[in-house]
Amino acid sequence: MKRILILFAHPKFEQSRANKALVKMIENKEGVTFHDLYERYPDFNIDIISEKKLLAKHDVIVWHHPFYWYSCPPLLKQWMDVVLEFGWAYGPNGKALHSKKCLNVITTGGTRAVYCSEGSNQYSVNEFLRPFEQTAKLCGMEYLPPFTVMGTHNLSDQELEKYTFQYQKLICELQEHLPFGEIKNCEFLNDTPQLNKVVSK
Amino acid sequence: MSGSILFAAIVFLAGAIICVPIAKRFGLSSVLGYLLAGILIGPYILGFVGDEGQDILHFAEFGVVMMLFLIGLEIEPKSFWQMRKTIIGMGGAQVLGTMIVSYLLFTYIGFDWKVSLIISMAVSLSSTAITLQTIKENGLMNTTYGASSFSILLFQDIIVIVMLAIIPLLTDTQKTAIDDNHADHIYLLENLPLGFQALAIFLSVVTVVVAGRYFFVPMLQLVAKTRLRELLSASALLIVIALAYLMELVGLSPALGAFLGGVVLATSEFKHELESNLEPFKGLLLGLFFMAVGASINFIVIGDNPLMISGLVVAVIVVKALILFLVAAIFKLKADQRLLLTIGLAQIGEFAFVLLSFAYQLNILDRVELDMMLVVTALTMTLTPILGIINERLILPRVGTKKAEARQVDHIAKTHKVILIGFGHFGSAVGRFLRSYGIEATILDNDSNRVDLLRKMGFEVYYGDATRLDLLESAGIAEAKILISAIDNSDNVIHLTKMVKEKYPNVKLMLRAKNRYDAYDLLNMGVEDVYRESLETSVKMAGDALNHLGFRKYTIYRQAQKFIQYDEEGLRRMADKPTTTDEYIFKAREEIRQQEEQLEKDLKRGIIEFDNHWDSEQMRAAHKVPKQ
Repeated sequence: MKRILILFAHPKFEQSRANKALVKMIENKEGVTFHDLYERYPDFNIDIISEKKLLAKHDVIVWHHPFYWYSCPPLLKQWMDVVLEFGWAYGPNGKALHSKKCLNVITTGGTRAVYCSEGSNQYSVNEFLRPFEQTAKLCGMEYLPPFTVMGTHNLSDQELEKYTFQYQKLICELQEHLPFGEIKNCEFLNDTPQLNKVVSK
Repeated sequence: MSGSILFAAIVFLAGAIICVPIAKRFGLSSVLGYLLAGILIGPYILGFVGDEGQDILHFAEFGVVMMLFLIGLEIEPKSFWQMRKTIIGMGGAQVLGTMIVSYLLFTYIGFDWKVSLIISMAVSLSSTAITLQTIKENGLMNTTYGASSFSILLFQDIIVIVMLAIIPLLTDTQKTAIDDNHADHIYLLENLPLGFQALAIFLSVVTVVVAGRYFFVPMLQLVAKTRLRELLSASALLIVIALAYLMELVGLSPALGAFLGGVVLATSEFKHELESNLEPFKGLLLGLFFMAVGASINFIVIGDNPLMISGLVVAVIVVKALILFLVAAIFKLKADQRLLLTIGLAQIGEFAFVLLSFAYQLNILDRVELDMMLVVTALTMTLTPILGIINERLILPRVGTKKAEARQVDHIAKTHKVILIGFGHFGSAVGRFLRSYGIEATILDNDSNRVDLLRKMGFEVYYGDATRLDLLESAGIAEAKILISAIDNSDNVIHLTKMVKEKYPNVKLMLRAKNRYDAYDLLNMGVEDVYRESLETSVKMAGDALNHLGFRKYTIYRQAQKFIQYDEEGLRRMADKPTTTDEYIFKAREEIRQQEEQLEKDLKRGIIEFDNHWDSEQMRAAHKVPKQ
């Protein structure tokens, strides 16, 4: 069973309906470490050594955050800046993260429809996530397509519940069946048959 | 005039108060002012002071002892050890050279060889009092000139012991009437064999070192605990007098003993406290000494033999200057430093009074020779400061480099850019954090136990009451960039603030305030950086309590910062209002009133507004589309 680290970054978690529901599903799951960055480091003073130890203990790294201004909230960026050190995470001797899997789990207010060349956001989520993708690759990790919960502003309770089950299933799949399915061709992990099945149930 | 002591005191003090400022006004050194005051009140002009001038001279020599103690305090044993070559080399060359040349000169003039030898001994010695006082006044102690002068003078202080030991050997008429005439020399060891004398001298030096470390320091710590300032002054005086007495007992120069004692105490936490306690005594006694020298110039002797005297004065100064110049050249002093040294030490010193009188009592010198040489001594002492001024004004500007050279490189007691007052719970955190940045603050604290402990831990901490300006000055406030006060006594902080704002307005003040009411006072005095000791901690505590109740840390963190900011702004607003009255009872009432005002404002503000950014509720409302 793969060990999963969820690096959760949400400055206003207490007000986020979608994320509260998502986190509730997975935070106490066996084999999952739910790491609440804004609760742990309210003053942004990240403990680099303990973060590195935590990374070393896991096989899959999940960056779970709301999509703020087409990126992550600042503490997660700070985490990347200070933890992913040269000579440790990347560079000639930086092999600490090699062959781990990495992905983004994001929530967006806008729907999938607005994230395309015709939509108001012009670019797709995958395009916006390029910096994360490249960061993971430079660190020698395999970057998986993102799991997205989009259009959160208008999500009904039933729709949100579906997403939470999907998230739960995703974690199971990551734990047990990696690599699963034909993910390379998917835009989002939501589109894989395994997760689609969950929704249709 | 042998009236009451009070009258003599009035004469001397008034003389000083009148003459020294005048000398200073004309840009002359205070030494010259004192000397002129002495001449003025002496027996030949105003006649206020008569024969007792000589006694006063003896008494006032103690000023020299104190000065050497104070100089010792500024020289750490390590630096002293580094100076040993200069002391023996320069000092030895100077004394030997001067003795040989002046011996030849005086025998050539026609003096008996014994008399010539005695006189050459006297001539080879320079005046510690005049030279060092002038050097200190001009702030030249840390130049090559200062260090060289000091080395030579120190060697003279040592060699005079040998001289005093040799003089009795020159007499044929066995010690007959010596001890009767010479009451101020209690020479305990006189009748002991030479080996024992040497042993006794060695033991007494060891005693000084050991007593300094293991007796004086604990004594000062004990005294410090009483927190009575005058007791510290008394202890300081006791130490110097005891050292001087011990040295006199074994026949060493008291000044030398005091210097040694000073060096031993230089590394103790009481260094600055001793300095500021003894400084006024030293100043007064030295002034008195210079005046006594001035008063002892016998104008009748000069009148009887003006040519001989003036010839001798010129000859002595020229011989001394020549030798000094050569020595300075051998030791490669720069041109301007060499000139300063040449003229600075070209007088006969106060030891001559002792040597010559001693020789007179042993019947080696006769009355005429003694009077003549005493006058020559006093005149050279008066003339060299004048020559120094001529050198400084007319010659040095042509030689050049002086300004650059005069820059103080204070290697002895490094002055820091930050002075930290108080090293208790509050101050220690400040000091430790500064230290973690490599900023070593000069720390003042008035708890001697703590000072001792911290010094053991390698901190540079000094003992003393920081509300004293002189102590702050010796801690280097003139060069300090920031003064941090971490003391909790509000009255002391206010006193300190007033004093520093007035005397050193350029030093940045950063003050710890016990509470908001102290903070008001300090803000109203125009200090910007006021730190309430409890504000951040209490807000942090409340924040942690909120976290235990389930609130998110990051939100609490932001709100706490806002709260502190709000409170600081409120504090500054309220501080602008003039306080109604200073009476304590009204002050207490005023505090309650202000607290009420504060609580009302909090209430009006209501529960903290949350940040608006990324507010999901708002966005959801805006995006509300009819359900399909």
